[in-house]
Amino acid sequence: MKCSRRNFLQKSIYGALAVTLPLTAFKILSPGEAAAALKESNLRWAFLVDTRKCVGCGLCVKACKNENEIPYDTPVTRTWVERYVVTRDGKTRIDSPNGARDGFTSPEMLGEKIDEKEITKAFFVPKLCNHCATPACVQVCPVGATYQAPDGAVLVDRTWCIGCGYCIMACPYGVRFFHPVHKVAEKCTFCYHRISKGMQAACVQACPFGVRQMGNIKDPDDPVTKIIMSERVGVLKDEYGTKPHVFYLGLDERVR
Amino acid sequence: MKNHVLRPLWVAILLVLVILVARKIYVPKDFGINGQNYTFGFYRKANLDDWKSIKVKYNGREYCKDCHEENFKKNELFKHRIIQCENCHGPAGDHPENPTKLVIDRSRELCLRCHARLNYPDALRSKLPGIDPQKHNPDSVCVDCHQPHNPDLEV
Repeated sequence: MKCSRRNFLQKSIYGALAVTLPLTAFKILSPGEAAAALKESNLRWAFLVDTRKCVGCGLCVKACKNENEIPYDTPVTRTWVERYVVTRDGKTRIDSPNGARDGFTSPEMLGEKIDEKEITKAFFVPKLCNHCATPACVQVCPVGATYQAPDGAVLVDRTWCIGCGYCIMACPYGVRFFHPVHKVAEKCTFCYHRISKGMQAACVQACPFGVRQMGNIKDPDDPVTKIIMSERVGVLKDEYGTKPHVFYLGLDERVR
Repeated sequence: MKNHVLRPLWVAILLVLVILVARKIYVPKDFGINGQNYTFGFYRKANLDDWKSIKVKYNGREYCKDCHEENFKKNELFKHRIIQCENCHGPAGDHPENPTKLVIDRSRELCLRCHARLNYPDALRSKLPGIDPQKHNPDSVCVDCHQPHNPDLEV
């Protein structure tokens, strides 16, 4: 290939123009402008559980199963309550019979009688989907059936889910299960049909002791946000980097 | 190029075209990046409305109050006011149309959820009045003797 001087200069100029021209298409936006362009919502749901108030009645589990039509007698549930009993010998016993659907009515645990005098501490921990900011379950879905709604709720598209179960394996909290009727992955929706109407989630409403609360974490005046901001709250399995949005008051190190 | 070389090429191109057309037909228009990014916000937008359109079953005590105000006000005076009506009376749904009558849970098991004694130090449960279900009239229903709305009174 031959290249004259004239030809070389001409092509260099064209090349330089081609490189610089698209730069004018870029514009530096202020953070406010960027947020407006992305239409970022000012709503992000968060959940607060006060474990110190829980008595293990399981009315939340019962209400959730009825409200969300999870077959009542199947061993699956969107929310459940765990009982932790720590004895003098340092052992921790954990149980949740039927997800505590019928509450805890017996001091017996896993077929074992525990001497009352041996118990150093015992408590109940309600669990549900953490609606993580970076949910592992969503990341692994091969078909785009599970996603994070603009308000933070992690939902499953029942018409799109192929039931492969990757998300059930991926969730570090074990909150997902296979729906026995719809044959798709199932999980807590934060009662999306209720919160989008301005109602409380079924479990929040059913709790007689105010253990469960929900709020908008982007609103600094929200009573729940105020507690999360000003009191000592913990989250489950922080080390997984999933940024869970269910916050716990009075969380014990034994809770997994 | 020779014909036997081109023929498989045409077949391959046709196959790609068929897949592209099928994709266009089967993938809904609102399917795409609707959220924050491709990883977490890739979904069918109409599904948000699917979830929103689910029927509410537990309406809350304010709904009950609309018609049963007298009972509501009376029960507000007693300790059990912290318990939602529907926890014992059953989810109202479209009551009074459907169901016309709610099925009340009068079982012993319902009361035992809170009142079976569990002596756990530093847990709220141990501060609730509790019984040993095996010893305290094991064969009778609690509501035979105790008033569920005003637990301080006996029937």
